[in-house]
Amino acid sequence: MARAATTTDAFNAVAEPRRRQILEILARGERPVNDLVEVLRLAQPQVSKHLRVLREVGLVDVRDAGRQRLYRINGHPLKPIRDWVTSFEETWNERFDAIDAVLDELTDMEDGHGGHGK
Amino acid sequence: MVAMASSGAARITLPSDTEILITREFAAPKHLVYKTWTTPELVKRWWAGQRGVVTSAEIDLRVGGQWRYVMVAHGSFEVAFHGTYREIVPNERLVTTEVYETAEAPDAEGVLNIVSFRESNARTTLTVLVQCSSKEERDMIMSSGMEGGMQEGMDLLEQVAISLAK
Repeated sequence: MARAATTTDAFNAVAEPRRRQILEILARGERPVNDLVEVLRLAQPQVSKHLRVLREVGLVDVRDAGRQRLYRINGHPLKPIRDWVTSFEETWNERFDAIDAVLDELTDMEDGHGGHGK
Repeated sequence: MVAMASSGAARITLPSDTEILITREFAAPKHLVYKTWTTPELVKRWWAGQRGVVTSAEIDLRVGGQWRYVMVAHGSFEVAFHGTYREIVPNERLVTTEVYETAEAPDAEGVLNIVSFRESNARTTLTVLVQCSSKEERDMIMSSGMEGGMQEGMDLLEQVAISLAK
């Protein structure tokens, strides 16, 4: 049942290009499914399937507005993705901070050897 | 003694679909930053960040020469990278390949790193331009070892940043 992860994990949910497209559209505002069908040029069942996956991982919320059902984005499940994107940045920041410490030492050594004039 | 102000955070940008650009300023002249970058005993002190301990750093600093760094990450698994120097301009510029050693892709070609050291007023701006062979590879690197393909949420993340900020 390894496939089950696809529908329960925000990482996998956004790995699908069409679903990212849907999220990009919804990031600009609430939309009924027909709008998505039109913009994506996909058949409604396909769009609905993607919306279901996105709803299952909590990336999309839906509400009834009269006769329409409006879909909107919920960014909170993307937080782990953002955290994980920043981990590359964190690795480099940790390295650079460690380099700062090395450089402090090297600078002191250089000053010690040739800095009498200062 | 003048206190050295912290040089701040690295700036990471994505100049193209296949590149990552890392920029950081250091409060030291470039020959020292270069030395820190290319001396095995010094590399051992920074390359792992806080993620583990560097157990080996070999550097054969000449064009065609190899480098290889190994660290033991917390939790005791080994992470190793190696590469070949393609271009060396002392204190100015280094071009090297960088290959992550993994059982899944033992023959991987890896990425090309273009490292430059620019000095101004006794401070050095270091840039590391990582050139990948594909967007997928770049995304994999950005994801620091997570499975590929998932990182493509980047553009998306920008757009929903407002939603996250709440």
